[in-house]
Amino acid sequence: MAVIEHHETIPGGGEVYLSEASPRDFFELLKPRVMSLVVFTAFAGLVVAPGTINPFIGAIAILCIAVGAGASGALNMWYDADIDAVMTRTAKRPIPSGRIRPEEALAFGLTLSAFSVAILGLAVNWLAAGLLAFTIFFYAVVYTMWLKRSTPQNIVIGGAAGAFPPMIGWACVTGGVSIESVVLFLITFLWTPAHFWALALFKMRDYDAVGVPMLPNVSGEATTKVQILIYAVLTAVIAVVPTFLGFASLGYGLFAAALGLGFVWYSVGVLRMPEGDRAMVPAKKLFAFSIVYLFAIFSGLMLDHLIASFGWVL
Amino acid sequence: METVNLTDSQKKARRGRNIALGAVLLGLVVLFYVVTLVKFSSGMAG
Repeated sequence: MAVIEHHETIPGGGEVYLSEASPRDFFELLKPRVMSLVVFTAFAGLVVAPGTINPFIGAIAILCIAVGAGASGALNMWYDADIDAVMTRTAKRPIPSGRIRPEEALAFGLTLSAFSVAILGLAVNWLAAGLLAFTIFFYAVVYTMWLKRSTPQNIVIGGAAGAFPPMIGWACVTGGVSIESVVLFLITFLWTPAHFWALALFKMRDYDAVGVPMLPNVSGEATTKVQILIYAVLTAVIAVVPTFLGFASLGYGLFAAALGLGFVWYSVGVLRMPEGDRAMVPAKKLFAFSIVYLFAIFSGLMLDHLIASFGWVL
Repeated sequence: METVNLTDSQKKARRGRNIALGAVLLGLVVLFYVVTLVKFSSGMAG
């Protein structure tokens, strides 16, 4: 791992490490932008689930899920500090820039993991806590340590870690896992490859430089574009399933179908992008739309649930 | 006795970390207190 260390030597010959890390640096270890997506989808799972939860306990559940997700982000930054230092997108992160030492990030990540899981178990229920623990393990160990550097399918399988939060939110309310929560999981799971490969297309050289086998630099641009389209179609289909399963209205189904068409439309734009296009505008557009898409789908589900709970029918 | 003299930026960073840690600990105290109240009240209601 490439790390710049701040050491000061005591005249007697001993060496002492004096940290200049601020709370903001530690907060940055939590990957706040990823955390916002996790918080949002977990909250959606909590809202859409049948049944009720005490608002304060619900807020603690979201806090624990957010902190757990942040902890896995810190563990990811600890392990990936060597490649983060090389890639332009990640070179300014706290560890490669020398503001936080790897062992500090490791301790921070492990402590937050333990606290978030324990508090979720004690305050809410142990199934939700178990799912959170599995999510942290999946992201930090299965994805970061194993899949990321060994297979171009890394983000397909690893995407499961980002897809668990709505399932955890659902489990917080119901105490169980059901077909509905599996569908919520699948929406994010199937969305992730198209989202990430769009990014990987225009950041291909970065991943190539550090030897991370992302699909574009292993199988080529053409294969990636086809795979993006396949996953966009699958995402568009699974996003309307809540209507067919009866836990969302026809109104939501039409809304999700329209958004799905948009997702597929932008993916076709990427498919038509000329080979070797350096600007990669369609890929950038798809990446931006994919974020809006996921927020809109989960917002739609929550809004639909609230409308239904007030007795209005769409 | 050999001592380490902290620079101003190191002192500022340490103070910031201490305040953040204190806030987190206080937050945990409040969290456990309110969880206990909620659990007790729901237990009595049931």
